[in-house]
Amino acid sequence: MNQPSIQSGIQAGVRADDGIEKGGLLLQVDNISLSFGGVKAISNISFDVKKGEIRAIIGPNGAGKTSMLNVINGFYHPQEGKITFRGKERISMRPHEAVGQGIARTFQNVALFKGMSTLDNIMTGRSELMKKNMFWQMLWHGPALSEEVEHRTRVEDIIDFLEIQHIRRTPVGNLPYGLQKRVELGRALAMEPSLLLLDEPMAGMNLEEKEDMSRFIIEVNQQFGTTIALIEHDMGVVMDLSDRIVVLDYGKKIADGAPEEVRNNQDVIDAYLGVPH
Amino acid sequence: MLYRITGQFKTNYRSDYALFPVRQDMFLLAVILFFAWVVFPLMASEFAFQTLLIPVLIYALAALGLNILTGYAGQLSLGTGAFMGVGAYACYKLVTIFPDLNLMLAIGFSGLFSAAIGLAFGLPSLRIKGFYLAIATLAAQFFLVWLFEKWSWLYNYNASGAIQVPTIDMFGITVAGPTASSMVQYYFVLFIVSVITLLAINITRGRIGRMWKAVRDMDIAAELVGINLLRAKLIAFGVSSYIVGVSGALFVFLWRGAAEPNLFDIPLSFRILFIAIIGGLGSILGNFLGAILIIALPVILNIIPEAFGVEVDSSLLEHINIMIIGALIIAVLIIEPHGLARIWAVIREKLIIWPFPH
Repeated sequence: MNQPSIQSGIQAGVRADDGIEKGGLLLQVDNISLSFGGVKAISNISFDVKKGEIRAIIGPNGAGKTSMLNVINGFYHPQEGKITFRGKERISMRPHEAVGQGIARTFQNVALFKGMSTLDNIMTGRSELMKKNMFWQMLWHGPALSEEVEHRTRVEDIIDFLEIQHIRRTPVGNLPYGLQKRVELGRALAMEPSLLLLDEPMAGMNLEEKEDMSRFIIEVNQQFGTTIALIEHDMGVVMDLSDRIVVLDYGKKIADGAPEEVRNNQDVIDAYLGVPH
Repeated sequence: MLYRITGQFKTNYRSDYALFPVRQDMFLLAVILFFAWVVFPLMASEFAFQTLLIPVLIYALAALGLNILTGYAGQLSLGTGAFMGVGAYACYKLVTIFPDLNLMLAIGFSGLFSAAIGLAFGLPSLRIKGFYLAIATLAAQFFLVWLFEKWSWLYNYNASGAIQVPTIDMFGITVAGPTASSMVQYYFVLFIVSVITLLAINITRGRIGRMWKAVRDMDIAAELVGINLLRAKLIAFGVSSYIVGVSGALFVFLWRGAAEPNLFDIPLSFRILFIAIIGGLGSILGNFLGAILIIALPVILNIIPEAFGVEVDSSLLEHINIMIIGALIIAVLIIEPHGLARIWAVIREKLIIWPFPH
């Protein structure tokens, strides 16, 4: 169901390198509005994500941050507005098509495949990149095995990178929360995305786990050149990690800019602390 | 001690992907295959072939088909019996229309008909899930059995409404029909079951198997890692129905010899579902263990009093059988909800580290 142009990109294995210069426009969100019945989750939001940056989306609870991510990766279909990703304009698409274009994400509540091992979970992230059809799969020996080994090598690199070698064979349902989050990041990385969406990657973590996760996010960004858009509530983390921040409140954009600008923005302070009426 | 895995190093991923990375597993399987291919056929009586060996294999194959759909892809189906019927009737029509067709090919083709119908009834699975999907497959069950009864073309306008397996030769040996020898039929079934099991193992451990398990464990996340849900589910329905259809053709042609439509009614579906659940959903081995428990155990329990020279009324024996089987099923599900396959996995883990507890 993918468009042929996208598939050729995958086959060439150049998804992370999407031909956009560092600092060029990767994702442009234009006047997006999304409502569920009478509830307006997002109204008229526009922002952009540049290649190679870490972009944070913050805001109080219910501000529409997660809805925004769901719109970007095709899970929700906005009523108005348009999204331009890698120069291609679209209004809506199926989530697996968004993956085909190079958008990967993690979830606020861990969404791993609980009955599978860490290794299998991360390997699943590469399903879209594996092409051998069912008949080769049935024979196993030959092309299917070679493909499996090739992708396994890449997955093992990710496992090394995230320092989760010791839990390779453990069913993820048995893992502590912090490690589950890490496996989920691994699964998203295995998809070799050009845009990685992280929904509260540090929720419910202790300080040490947060430091580890921050380190991984920065390394992903620096080493692989992956562009990252993240939602996070820990302001210390957000201010340290991100290059630019967009602030939402009640489905509206109230600020957009570098961490220092946002920190000193009166609207943002009001949104978080409340204003006397 | 017997199951020590120390010293068996894997130095590349290719050897890590061996079917049995542990040497002892390979040895155990070799022993089982040796028994299945050499010892049983030499020792088994006509009675053992017809009540134990052949039905266990056929039911295990049907459960394997269901397990791919329910255990791996997480789509509950109550229509297994009817899909077996599709395989059986398709095979019957193929054999009567093309009398010279090799039976093995005919059975292979009849699976395709079952797969096509499975795909059609799998289409609603994108919209409906869980118990609701089970109800949709129940519709398939009732509709297909009704069709077997009403569409007389299917049984060649036979007055009895039943299908009768003709005598079929393959390379000069009678493989099906009233005069076929049990040993030939056993080898025929064993060959097909072995091949399909191997292919099923391969398909479940690669990309497609992971895709199915991802859909089963969390379909939203599966979609967001790029899996096309409808395609994954339809592949599962197709592969599952194919295997179930083949088992249905074997069921009639290599075992029962004749079939009426109500043979494929819902009790058969439930029987196969029980085998899959008790054996262990999401496991290949479990289907065989489950089939042995559900099919072979009643037969063995029947023989025991005779062997000890105790006279027991046959109807009483039957009731005792049902009670014992029922109690065993409940016991297995309480002790290990993941079925017999998991019990074996736990035993194996323990054996590997024995005599140390950790």
